[in-house]
This record gives sequence, C-alpha cells and structure tokens, in this order.
Amino acid sequence: MSTTTLERMPAAEPGAEAGPSYLTSEHTVTSWLFTRDHKRIALLFFASITFFFFIGGFAATLIRLNLATPEGLLQPAVYNRMFTMHGVIMVWFFLIPSIPTTFGNFFVPLMIGARDLAFPRLNLGSWYVFNLSGLVVLYSLVMGGADTGWTFYTPLSTSYANGYVFAAAMAVFINGFSSIMTSLNFIVTIHCMRAPGMTWMRLPLFVWGIYAVSVVMLTATPVLAMDTFLLAVERLMGIGLFDPNHGGDPLLWQHMFWFYSHPAVYIMILPAMGVVSEIIPCYARRPIFGYAGMTMALMAIAILSFFVWAHHMFVAGISVYAGVVFSLMTFFVAVPSAIKVFNWTVSLHKGRISFDAPMLYALSFVLLFTLGGVTGLMLATLGIDVDVHGTYFVVAHFHYIMVGATVSAFFGALHYWWPKLTGRLYPEIWARFAAILTYVGFNLTFFPQFILGYLGMPRRSYTYPAEWEPWNLLSSAGASILAVAYLLPLFYLGWSLFWGRKASANPWRATGLEWATSSPPPKHNFERTPTVTLAPYCYDPQRDTYVTQEGVPHAG
Amino acid sequence: MSRWIPFWPDTAAVNAVAVNNLYLAELGLSALIMATVVAMMLMFCIHYRKGSAVSRADRVQKTWHFEIGWTTATLVAFLVLFVWGASIYIWLYQTPRPDEEVYVVGKQWMWKIQHPGGQREIDALHVPVDKTIRVVMASEDVIHSFFIPAFRIKRDVVPGTLQTIWFKADKTGVFKLECTQFCGLQHATMKGEVDVLSGPDYARWLTAQGVHESLAQQGEVVFRAHGCSGCHDANSTVHAPSLAGVYGTYVHLQNGSVRLADEAYIRDCILNPRSFTVAGYPPVMPDFSGQLGEDDLMKLVAYIKSLGKQESGR
Repeated sequence: MSTTTLERMPAAEPGAEAGPSYLTSEHTVTSWLFTRDHKRIALLFFASITFFFFIGGFAATLIRLNLATPEGLLQPAVYNRMFTMHGVIMVWFFLIPSIPTTFGNFFVPLMIGARDLAFPRLNLGSWYVFNLSGLVVLYSLVMGGADTGWTFYTPLSTSYANGYVFAAAMAVFINGFSSIMTSLNFIVTIHCMRAPGMTWMRLPLFVWGIYAVSVVMLTATPVLAMDTFLLAVERLMGIGLFDPNHGGDPLLWQHMFWFYSHPAVYIMILPAMGVVSEIIPCYARRPIFGYAGMTMALMAIAILSFFVWAHHMFVAGISVYAGVVFSLMTFFVAVPSAIKVFNWTVSLHKGRISFDAPMLYALSFVLLFTLGGVTGLMLATLGIDVDVHGTYFVVAHFHYIMVGATVSAFFGALHYWWPKLTGRLYPEIWARFAAILTYVGFNLTFFPQFILGYLGMPRRSYTYPAEWEPWNLLSSAGASILAVAYLLPLFYLGWSLFWGRKASANPWRATGLEWATSSPPPKHNFERTPTVTLAPYCYDPQRDTYVTQEGVPHAG
Repeated sequence: MSRWIPFWPDTAAVNAVAVNNLYLAELGLSALIMATVVAMMLMFCIHYRKGSAVSRADRVQKTWHFEIGWTTATLVAFLVLFVWGASIYIWLYQTPRPDEEVYVVGKQWMWKIQHPGGQREIDALHVPVDKTIRVVMASEDVIHSFFIPAFRIKRDVVPGTLQTIWFKADKTGVFKLECTQFCGLQHATMKGEVDVLSGPDYARWLTAQGVHESLAQQGEVVFRAHGCSGCHDANSTVHAPSLAGVYGTYVHLQNGSVRLADEAYIRDCILNPRSFTVAGYPPVMPDFSGQLGEDDLMKLVAYIKSLGKQESGR
C-alpha cells in the first residue's frame, strides 16, 4: 500500500467488489433498527458508544480546563458532577462495551466462519437495553448529574450525596443486562458455531480475547447488579445495608463493587489485547510469538482477575492479613500480563515490519500498557499503595491502561478493519499522524499525573496548591492535543466513507477468515462456509508470503 | 514555597524513609523493564523494517523455553517486591508503643483534632519531632482518608469504626495534611497542616493553648452527664463491670468470645452494648448510638483509658 499522492490513485483497488453488501442490501430505517445482522448491530453499537465517548470526553475537557489553574473555573458542585459523569459514562458506556460490542460483534462470526451470532435477536435486544440505560444516564446528567465519583462509595452515595445518584446507579444496573446478553451470545457462538476445522487452538487471538472477556462479564456483572440494587434500596427506603448509622457496613459496598469493577478493568483490556495480537503479526509479517502461551495468559488473567478485588481497599480498613493475600494475588495476575508484553515485543523479531496506522496504534498500546503495568506493580506493592492510594498516581495508572492502552487498541482496530467495515480505505498519512499525535498527547496528559500523585495531589479535587500548577498545566495542554488526536479520525474516516478508495477483500494481506470474504461482506458473510486447515498468522517474513487459514497460499 | 517546579515530596518521617526506599527501588525496576521493552522494540523495528534486506530465515520455532524463562524471572522479581512491600505495610499499620496520642475526627469538611491534654485544633496538627505519635481516628459522617504525604502514611477513616495509624516525624517543619477519599462537595478543601515542632517548642505550644482540662477530664464530664457513672462508678450499687484498668486487658464476653479492650472495643460497647455484654453481667446497659457525637466518644474513650492508667499508677 503506497501512500503517495492520493489524486492519482485509482478509485478502487484491484479486486474490489461491486456486488450488494450488508450495507447496501436494504436501505430502509427499519432494516437498520430491526436488523438481526450482527454486522449492522455492530454499527448501531458503534454509533451509540461513539456518542457516549464524546459526551464523556466533553466532561473530561471541562475537568482538565478546570485543573489548568489552581483556583479552577467551575463551581465545586459542577466539577464533582463532571468527574462522576466522566467516570460513569466512560467506564460503562464506552470502555466496557467498546471493543466487544463493535468489533467483537462484527468480527467474531466472520473470524470463526459463522453466518451470525448464535442469538441474533438477543444481540439486537442488547443494543436496545444499552440505549435504554444510556437514556437513563443522560437523564441523570441533564437533571444535574451524580456527585459521588464513579465508585458510588457508601455512605456518601446513600445518605449524603444530593445529586441524581439513584438514576446513575440504575443506568449502571440496566447497562449490566446488555453486557450479560452480549457476553452470553459470544460464549455460545464461539463454542457452537466455529467453521469446520476451526479448532480452539486455531482461533485467532482476538476471538480468544473476546471469549475470555465474555466469561468475565457473564460472571462478574450480576454482582454489580446486586450491589447497585442494594444501593437503590438503601437510598430510597433507608434500609441499613451500607450506612453505619442504620446498622450497615460501608465496606460491604466496596467489596461487592470491586468484585465486579476489578474484573471490569480486565473487561476493558482483554479485547484490546486480542486486537493487538491480530495487528502485530499482520504488519510484522510473521506468526505471533508463543500463540499457546498467549491463549493461556488471556485465560489466566480472566480467572485471576476475580481474586484481586480488595487491592482497591488496602487503606480502607480491611485486615492487614487480607491486604497481604490480595497483594500476592495481584502480583500473580501481573505475571501473564508481563508474558504478553514480552511475546508482543519478540513478535517483531525477524519480521518484515511496516508502520501503517494500525501498527502504530498497536505499538503505542504495548508501550502504554507496559507503563501502566509497571505502575500497577507499584500499586500492588502494599507499602507504596499506602502512600499513593487515592492520589493522581492512581488516576494516571488506570488511564494508561484503560485509555492509553484500550483506546489505542480501539483506534488500531478501527483502522485495521475499516476496509472490511465500510469497503473503503482510510487516508494513511492522516491516520499515521493521528496515531502519533494520540501517543504524544496521551503521555503529555497523563505522565505528569504520576509526579503529581507522588507529590500527594488527591483525586477528585477541584482546587490544589499553587506549587502544583506547572504539572497540571502541562497535563491540560497535553489533553488538548489528545482531544485533537481523538477528533481527527472522525473527519478523515468520515471523508473516506465517500471519497476513500474502494478496498479489495484483503487489503492488508492478512490470514484470518474475515478477509476471505468481500469488503464489505455480503449480508450472510460467506458464499460458502469456509473450511479451516491452518493456525492463524501463517506469514513468512523471509519470502514475504502468507497462507490464509483456509490454506490458500499467496505470494508476495 | 520553593521557586522550582516540585518533583519529589518532602520526606519527613521514619515511615517516609522506608516507603521512599521501596519506591526508588521499584522506580528503578520499572525503568529497567520499560527500557528493555523499548530497546527491543526499537531494535527490531529498525533492523527488521520492511525495506531492510536482512535475512529472516531460521526464526525461533520453539518458544516455550523462552516463555518459561521470563515467566520465572518476572515471578521471582514480583515475589521479592511483594515481600518487601508487605513487610512495610504490616510495619506501617501496627503501632509500636507510642510516646503520644492524638484523637482525630473527620467530618465534612474538616479534620478536628484533640490532644490528650485537652488542646483542640481544626485542620492543624501540632506534634513533637522524633516521637512516635499514635493517631486514633473516627468519622462523623462519610469515609474520609487521613493522609500526610511527607510521612507517606494514609488510612481511610470509615464511619462506624475507629482506625489508628502512627508516625514518627524526623524533621521539623510544616507539612500537608489531606483527605484523599472523595467526601462530598468541599472534599478539595478538606486539608490542613501538620506542624512538627522541636520538644521545647511543642511544650510551649501546648501550654500556650491555655487549656486547663485534659481530654480525660472532659471525658469525665461527659461520663457523668450521660449517667454512665450511675452504674460504672466504684460506689455504684448497680452490678456493672468496673472500668478501672479495663483498657488493654482481655475481656470475656457473655457469648463466649474474648475481646481486647482497645479504643475500638470501648467505642463499640458504648454504642452497641448488647452485642458486647461482659460475662457474668446482666444485659441492662442502654445503647447510646445517636446520642453521642464522635468528639464526645473520643473524650469518653480517653477518660476510660485514663482510669486504667490511674489503676496501674496506684
């Protein structure tokens, strides 16, 4: 793929299809709103989460604007509502559904050679439930927002906060059902609907990532539903569950909340790991290093993620011995993450590496995830957590993982699969520029927050001592760069929808089944059910050839 | 304030020195890991870029011994960090024999501090240098978190419980006192100053406050005002456990359990006596939950502790 002068390029790559696709087979509004096609539902989800990404991003903009100066610009009440709504919307309405409901929905059936998900109506239902919860959270936001932080800590949330906490908590409650429906659908699909020859150890790592995340979602989400339900019971009826004045225990909330919300961090990162494991082999033109190890690491993270929740509570008054056990478990869960970083890095060895935008995003992911990971080790270390817990150190750490890494992977996936989603190629130069800008902007925004954290700046404060202004100003400046980097794709990808070159079936010369069908795919995905004969990622960097999973060899 | 951009916080307590060393070690290790990943990535990306003509033959086929290698290496490194961090944690959260105690009540949005001598301050804490200070903490409303960055100590103050933490400042000066748990509208302004004074300065500060009643004496007033003395006084005819010398001893309860009579136990007994009926006594004590603020509870606790001291002094 050359990126020289766009004007002289032919309007279509050789082999670009002209037949009806899933996009053009039907045109009515109802054909979209009542579709049972996983690909269309993926695009519906894409529209919803993009909307919420920009709502959450707007709140983030106000937060950084406020923190640019020590005195701040916003009223304290407004600031408190902004960071709460930023957290709630970004976590439940963007990050958790982001990759699974869009790329997972679109590509899991395509990658395993199926015609749809196991339960197409459930899939559509999930989108409606998601939007219902979205309406509730928008109601909470428009009416004035909740003012508790996204963690809804009791008894602040049940007895003291006077924002729209109930509505926000109910939005989270309803949202959980969407998660459960989608994850159940993926699990059944991956178990039952793989094409002939698609054994477990031939599954692309993206499918493994979605499988792992589905197991976590299905198991953890009900606990959050119980927890938010109990919160509503206490807030509305005054039944003492969490408030000590009514005989409750504030830590009960935290245990149940983190029992979900720690695995939720892995819900956000596991699909991203899957995406990166697709992109790196394709652009390094060689098989991923240690495929079996990667699958085991994914599942190990999924399982171990359930035994680390109280590391959010080291200073919260749990027993010292519980703290020690949860610290040990946290170090254990870091081991498979470390294995994955090494495997991705070594997957570049003896490759034939090109630096197209998806690869730039994937390499950003590895670097940002590693920095988020090593600072996670610091937080897992009990003696250090006592100091930096509740400070900007934690804020920086989880943004590196959940935003730096996951959103980079999301944009990587968006560019990598853009030709398959839309049938068009994106403008490469703009995309590379956005990828690099994202990386620079992100680090400028969040690295200063590590320093602020160790200096002792508490989270969730609308004002701070003047001596911390330089770092905060730098962070806000970086955030403005990051905002541009996140907005850019909206324009050039939007442009490419109409004027981009038409893509061939397999523009990146990749091996997965999703590239075996036309771009964009026909309504029923494949003209005939593919038969799989090979593991994924059969690239040969020495001869620059590759063999698809169907066993079709291609020369350079 | 220094005119330089701050990069590293003050390190002003023995606690802080221990945490700082651990932090530096992990910072070094993190830098090493990052450098390794970045170096490998850069090397491979340059050497094996698309345009480069180097040979890609003989790629590593068997990967498992590499993976076992770096799994073991990371596991060992992580276990070392775990043990080091855990030992500091246990040390931070288990108070050695204190030289002084202070009582702290967090409420929206201030830190109220009471000294055993009866001195009170808000959003300020005066302590002597080179002394082990034990901080007994309670919350009037929501969860707050008591944090002194220069000492690297922090603990959540959960309503309904008593929490303790300790420090031993080794530098005089003024340091930040913060709340790091979001506690409502003015959370950001819930902060104060820790004034570490030399021994003589501290003594001067204590007397300059002009307080004539110690915290225990103030507690005694509360003790009489709420009728506690009616049953628990030595001269009382009601069959109630004597409180003299009870602090720090083990108490056998009616339900068969044994509890250490620390501050938390005394507080629990006042608020919820039926759950802590002492073996051999009738469960007749009324509960005082909702009748006593955390300030008064602290005073009562201080008074009951002082009874113990008088006892052992005799």
